Amino acid sequence: MPFIPHTEEDIQAMLASIGANSIDELFDEIPPALKTGSLKRVPPGLSEMEISRLMLERAEQDGRYLNFIGAGAYEHHIPAAVWQIATRGEFYSSYTPYQAEASQGTLQLLYEYQTMMASLTGMDVSNASMYDGASALAEAALMAVRSHRTSRRILIPQTVHPVYRSVVRAIVKNQGIEVVEVPYDKLSGQTSLDGLKNFGNEEFAALVIPQPNFFGVLEDVDALTSWAQSRDAFAIAVVNPMALAMLTPPGEWGEKGADIAVGEGQPLGIPLSSGGPYFGFMACKQPLVRQMPGRIIGRTTDQEGSDGFVLTLQAREQHIRRSKATSNICTNQGLMVTGATIYLALLGPEGLRRTAAESHANTAALLEKLERLKGVKRVFSGPLFHEAVISLPHPSASVLQALEARRILGGLNLKEYYPELGDAVLVCATETKTSADMEKYVTQLGEVIRNS
Amino acid sequence: MLIFEHSRPGRRNYSQSPKAAEATDIPEKLLRKTLPLLPEVSEMDAVRHYTRLSQKNFSIDTHFYPLGSCTMKYNPRACNSLAMLPQFLARHPRSPESTGQGFLACMYELQEILKDVTGMAGVSLTPMAGAQGELIGIAMIRAYHESRGDNARTEIIVPDAAHGTNPATAVMCGYKVVEIATDKEGNVDMAALKAAVGPKTAGLMLTNPSTLGVFEENVAEMSRIVHQAGGLLYYDGANLNAILGKVKPGDMGFDVIHINLHKTFSTPHGGGGPGSAPVGVAPRLLPFMPVPIVAFENGTYRWQTEKDIPQSIGRLSAHMGNAGVLLRAYVYVRLLGAEGMHRVAEFAALNANYLMAELQKAGFEIAYPNRRASHEFIVTLKDLKEKTGVTAMNLAKRLLDKGYHAPTTYFPLLVPECLLIEPAETESKETLDAFVTAMKEILEETHTQPDLVKSAPHTTPVRRLDDVKAARELDLAWKAPTRNISVTRTETLTAIPSVSVA
Repeated sequence: MPFIPHTEEDIQAMLASIGANSIDELFDEIPPALKTGSLKRVPPGLSEMEISRLMLERAEQDGRYLNFIGAGAYEHHIPAAVWQIATRGEFYSSYTPYQAEASQGTLQLLYEYQTMMASLTGMDVSNASMYDGASALAEAALMAVRSHRTSRRILIPQTVHPVYRSVVRAIVKNQGIEVVEVPYDKLSGQTSLDGLKNFGNEEFAALVIPQPNFFGVLEDVDALTSWAQSRDAFAIAVVNPMALAMLTPPGEWGEKGADIAVGEGQPLGIPLSSGGPYFGFMACKQPLVRQMPGRIIGRTTDQEGSDGFVLTLQAREQHIRRSKATSNICTNQGLMVTGATIYLALLGPEGLRRTAAESHANTAALLEKLERLKGVKRVFSGPLFHEAVISLPHPSASVLQALEARRILGGLNLKEYYPELGDAVLVCATETKTSADMEKYVTQLGEVIRNS
Repeated sequence: MLIFEHSRPGRRNYSQSPKAAEATDIPEKLLRKTLPLLPEVSEMDAVRHYTRLSQKNFSIDTHFYPLGSCTMKYNPRACNSLAMLPQFLARHPRSPESTGQGFLACMYELQEILKDVTGMAGVSLTPMAGAQGELIGIAMIRAYHESRGDNARTEIIVPDAAHGTNPATAVMCGYKVVEIATDKEGNVDMAALKAAVGPKTAGLMLTNPSTLGVFEENVAEMSRIVHQAGGLLYYDGANLNAILGKVKPGDMGFDVIHINLHKTFSTPHGGGGPGSAPVGVAPRLLPFMPVPIVAFENGTYRWQTEKDIPQSIGRLSAHMGNAGVLLRAYVYVRLLGAEGMHRVAEFAALNANYLMAELQKAGFEIAYPNRRASHEFIVTLKDLKEKTGVTAMNLAKRLLDKGYHAPTTYFPLLVPECLLIEPAETESKETLDAFVTAMKEILEETHTQPDLVKSAPHTTPVRRLDDVKAARELDLAWKAPTRNISVTRTETLTAIPSVSVA
């Protein structure tokens, strides 16, 4: 019996203690009419050897591609130590650290994580993580509305990841919150400051500011932050944490710094893994801390005066406040944060900065080569981090498909999200791409274009 | 010691970062002027530090962990290693379906298996945690009523024993919460339910078996009452482990359900996540399911999106939810097979009822002694506290000294001084017997050395921690002493990690 240790002798002794004749008798409070017959669509059990064979075959069936897609999930080198340590049973198979004295490992690690994220984002405090970047942005929007008190409208530029915008809508719509979009500048690919002017003196709870934005373009974050705060709206930064090794942190944007910073933590040591599990991060200025959802770890002392760590500010949370909680969020992404914290410790400030800089340099080098191909052009003129939109001389879907046949994932087709951009593709080259990889991509793309 | 206190300026791991990489054509005003506060430690320092931290945790792999309502069963190692095959880890979420047929096959089969086990017509794998599954479920209930123009339904009914996520979720979906009482045998008070339902009822959220560790005997009648009033039934799958392969929520009349994979399907709790909570729906809610969902057509797997399900409540994650967790659950269900599923509930119930019987014989008071335990049960220390002053919290902490993780304490809130105990099916009789022995010893100590119990724990890495101080004197991030850090860029930057939190 898989994972069940009972011997026949154990079963008989246990039933005798209970005073039952059979295991079936333990279910005698369930009305017989409700009882399940057989499970027809569940196949018979496999041994570990058999399931290993099956999974290996499926993994090999999918194989590996030379990947130039980013779009919110980025391929970076992950040190071997990260997941070897994070999947130690003591981290992997422990529960949320409610019993603090039996969970100091996880609690201290989360406190270290909060310190690292607060500094990376330039904010005062960080929580212990959210589900992912998209849902973290939705929670930030809710937090801004709770704190603002008079407006229930959120401004989101169209340069924010389109799926993030969908997720925000899906999560906030039942609370009567209106999401208003801001257009982008067709030349620079940045949020249009002129577009913002059209809102006149309308009141908003918050403006979302992406850095870099979905096009890979760097926004004029100072101007956007000041615009929002000058009219009593919160500035919500949605940022790539890897980029923050190089870029001005949200806490220093504009005159006063952004109020809330969120984003997708995946670039910090989390494998691509078909989209999850990743983790969202959220940091904010001190005055907003009691409006922040999710778990927060604090340092304190024990009865002998030694330092220790506990879950704190729990009065915000659903298990205490129930219907009056800041959010229904319960679990976070503890194991992913464990990996990310080890990753940040292994890279350090210089390693992270170099990884970001190399990714930037690789994308710049790739773009230079791509632009030499006939009919391939950079779409936007704004400064870039490590991703860019290019336009192709032929239908993007068929070009990408032809590259796929050559085992290259050439980028994300933007047709579905931005049809006005024509045959546009979002491409990314992180530090994992060698000159030979980029050369191969450019050569193959050139052939595909010529054959089209 | 914190990792930052191991840090030395200029110490680096040369094998972990690109060699040259100099910036940059990025405008100066967009660049960071100070370095982030990250540790500068060797690889070995980091490995040693985090290995030692791990050793300060209790975990399933190291300790019996009878945490009620959390289903702390063994997490098979194969589930982890097979989900971490290099091809699965490298697969980009936006890569075309044609490049991920092996992965998608696992997802599709998992959907089908979960449908069968829960008796629901459709399953979406996207929710990233139980609370998100609830949010999606209640959003579907709302979308259903709205699609029928039935807009007067403004209330969600929740039993007082429910998890806090239930009322918090209802509020996030714009509903008013109506709480109903529990009767003395642990069932929902049927008179209270009848009084609460009406034209304003959008739905009822129910955990069954309930958080009191007992099966709602009147569930069929509850379903009839709520449906007759035009409401829908939500099944909180927190306790699905107790009935896996025994009763299907669909057969009990539920319209929508979430399944906590990190409980019933043994994916890791990871020190608090990642969770994963697929939702299952009855036929009437199929048009509102969250996307994406895997379809199998003409021998090919593909994602169904908003185009296929135009009334979908939408997307709740940037990609498809916690794919790697779903792969772990898939491996687990294939290892169990149909016959293994039935045994999960059988042995979870055997262990819980045995432990309940043994603790009762040892002198502990059972909160619902006339009921069968489901996969968990409640001990109340109300009388013990009156006699000795020892609380449920004291006993929980003393258990840590004896090498056992504490049961859930002070939940559900309606049983005073409660311990919610869930042994899970993967524990042996010897482990349960040893736990009973430890509980007996503590009971003895409460009479002979009550101060020893009240001042517990004594053997953990830290003693009782001051929660009040933690909340009053907030210290949420370490503050570095100000110092100069020279970096390999041309200029020298001054590190001002301004993380002051007073």
